[in-house]
Amino acid sequence: MNISVNGEAMTVHTKTLGDILDELGYKGQRVATAVNAQFVSSATRKDTQLSEGDALEIVTPRQGG
Amino acid sequence: MKQFYGTSLSSPLMLGTALYPSPAILADAFVKSGASVATVSVRREAAGDAAGDAFFQLIRKLGVHILPNTAGCHTASEAITTAQMARELFETDWIKLEVIGHADSLQPDPFQLVDAARTLCAEGFKVFPYMTEDLILADRLLDAGCDVLMPWGAPIGTGLGLVNLYGLRALRAAYPDVPMVIDAGLGVPSQAAQALEIGFDAILLNTAVAKAGNPAVMAEAFAKACEAGYLGRYADPMEPRDMAAPSTPVLGKAFLE
Repeated sequence: MNISVNGEAMTVHTKTLGDILDELGYKGQRVATAVNAQFVSSATRKDTQLSEGDALEIVTPRQGG
Repeated sequence: MKQFYGTSLSSPLMLGTALYPSPAILADAFVKSGASVATVSVRREAAGDAAGDAFFQLIRKLGVHILPNTAGCHTASEAITTAQMARELFETDWIKLEVIGHADSLQPDPFQLVDAARTLCAEGFKVFPYMTEDLILADRLLDAGCDVLMPWGAPIGTGLGLVNLYGLRALRAAYPDVPMVIDAGLGVPSQAAQALEIGFDAILLNTAVAKAGNPAVMAEAFAKACEAGYLGRYADPMEPRDMAAPSTPVLGKAFLE
């Protein structure tokens, strides 16, 4: 399945957001997610199926003003 | 000092965490500032990068309240999603709501700001809206559910101080019971003192400390300015007047002509 991850085109072989994060190597990292600009909580990642062409954003704490 | 969504702050100084030369200098500046709140953001992270978690641990060690922002957002929907992600990452309902409307001045978009504030307040967020000093905007944000207002002193990163003193005084006078923070545009400590002297409850700054030649010393200077401004306000300042009035008694002066 071809999706966009933080603006970059990628091919993934799993379907749920939880599995995709693991496949991409985010396991254990403190991240928050949005799919197609909609927030997906960590509690619902395992039940959230992605589709071809979806845009996934993965963010983490950063410095800010 | 007024409470912010039911929270009493130990200092009226809120400090940003960006632009410091190093994490160690950031931490030192926070200690010297005595700041009660740290602003933070969310940004993309690559797989395997531990920077986000390392920064989160650093901020938690500071022992201050965390205020995530929606910096860089230009629409209400973008800001709402960013706030939702920030709430999960930082485990706080507080959000510094920024919805930028103008690229050069970074002036907030008042229409998108109110839309985002209404949604976020309804979702239980405690919204700190970054706004201009417009009275009508203030009214709309309060109607939307905001209990705190954060008017700018000057555009972000300019260091110009309180450029519309009349407008800020009018806003302060119009809503005397609303906790208000001067957010952005402060460059030197005297401007912080001035903000507190004219009745604002707190200040939020970043660049003035982070980009100073010596951030830790500048942080301490802002801490002292906040204390001076707060005490000056508390002590009920004299009213300015146009004509001179001698401070030394006239009665009893020797007649020497």
